Amino acid sequence: MATAWLPPDWPGNFWAHWAIFAVISIVFVLLMFMVFVWVERRAMGIMQARLGPNRAGPFGILQPAADGLKVLLKEDIVPAKGDKVVHWLAPVVAVVPVLLIFAVVPFQGGALLVDLNIGILYIVAISSVTTVGVFMAGWASNNKYSLLGAMRQVASVVSYEIPVVLSIVGVILLAGSLSMQQIVMAQDIPFILLQPLGFLLFFIGALAEINRAPFDLMEADSEIVAGFHIEYSGMKFALFYLVEYGEALAISAIVTTLFLGGWRGPLLPPWLWFLVKVGIVFFVIVWIRTTVPRVRIDQLMALAWKFLFPLALLNLLITAVEILVWPAVSLWVMVPINIAVMIVLVLLWSRFFKLGWGKVEV
Amino acid sequence: MKFERYGIGIAKGLRVTIRHLLRRPITTQYPEQRLNTSRRIRGNELIWDKEKCTGCATCAKTCPQGSIHIVTSVSIEENKYKVEKFEVDHGYCIFCGLCVEACPYEALFMGYAYERARYRRGELVLAKEGLLASEERKPSGYAHPEIAATLPKQSLLLDKDRGKR
Repeated sequence: MATAWLPPDWPGNFWAHWAIFAVISIVFVLLMFMVFVWVERRAMGIMQARLGPNRAGPFGILQPAADGLKVLLKEDIVPAKGDKVVHWLAPVVAVVPVLLIFAVVPFQGGALLVDLNIGILYIVAISSVTTVGVFMAGWASNNKYSLLGAMRQVASVVSYEIPVVLSIVGVILLAGSLSMQQIVMAQDIPFILLQPLGFLLFFIGALAEINRAPFDLMEADSEIVAGFHIEYSGMKFALFYLVEYGEALAISAIVTTLFLGGWRGPLLPPWLWFLVKVGIVFFVIVWIRTTVPRVRIDQLMALAWKFLFPLALLNLLITAVEILVWPAVSLWVMVPINIAVMIVLVLLWSRFFKLGWGKVEV
Repeated sequence: MKFERYGIGIAKGLRVTIRHLLRRPITTQYPEQRLNTSRRIRGNELIWDKEKCTGCATCAKTCPQGSIHIVTSVSIEENKYKVEKFEVDHGYCIFCGLCVEACPYEALFMGYAYERARYRRGELVLAKEGLLASEERKPSGYAHPEIAATLPKQSLLLDKDRGKR
């Protein structure tokens, strides 16, 4: 593994490094966006006993390109009474943070734009800005559905940010660093085994933050039509589409880095390991989307505050105690303990989980 | 203690969806793959047998839409009706099949083809020669079990080799 480690300013010059990795991260996002759109539509089709898109190119792999071309040629419609400037600005504000996230995601040892020593904090901070873009879109559209969708997005992000960040803190405690690179290097045992509860909480919270099913209330097609991007067409809509999948890609990459050991793995080259793990995580996201029906807004809020939040606090406490009290004990001993703790806590909390003092069906 | 509440329900659902990855999709890709229609399909057009028709106009009388127009003249030498005009307006036809059932000489059939749509209403009106059976206009087995026996069996979505034809 250490053989694949690149020097921090590879290929030798600060500006060359900057230019190369800026291009790599943007191309990576755009390419994976197209791959993900294809994977999602095909996998969902097959899981629903359909075929999915299969006309454009072999197996329909050119479908995202065809969609992109179509969307480019579409008319750009701005609502007559909408706020034109904000309407124009919103997709940009939403897209840029998603691209910025990939500045600190390590594709392999040393292969990242900049190894910030506060990498994960940077991600948490920058990814929240997308919500501002979404809210701008909802407000500028002068449409009740888009405003409602944007409100829901803000509410869910504000609520779910807490358990997500708290479960990240557990990882940081174990790794002893905020740098994405150091977190990967600390994972001799993938943190999904050491932090099973943290992984569960992070994954659920992340799904809610990026509006994936079953938490896609912000663009619930059946009630508020399309949520915040209802009044968007053409390239602006494409940008929001890019945000949606870019966030899914970002979450897959962060889960990979924090919990699945990042680019580390035997035999295969590190960057390939990274891609494989990202692909697996995204497949699980699609799999969940095909399976689970959408939750109600009260269920969404209750899950964040009554279920994820206390469990995240407990997880943090347990992790801290384990690290402070038994620093010398081998981490392998902690694996079965932590898994047992997760099962007990989840079962216990499921039993106590009620809505409306037990008067509302969960 | 209902375990459905503790994530078991979601796990069951996940198992169902992942197993669909291994099954055949139900979709038939129409222009390339075609299912065999029912052998007794009522099709798009009527088919008329010139030889068997006696010009009795029973079909025109049973037609609830009045879409069959038949004009006959008496031929003294042959001692039978001569069919001057036999015209069906498929734009009015509701494909109830009553004419086919009513025909005492079995000279009318429903069509087996189902892709006989037209761009203009006028093209839907077929007369005499246009109503005869041909390669594209096969008679279906509707009310004619002897024809049904010769047609291929209807393919069901359950069939393994459906769509191969």
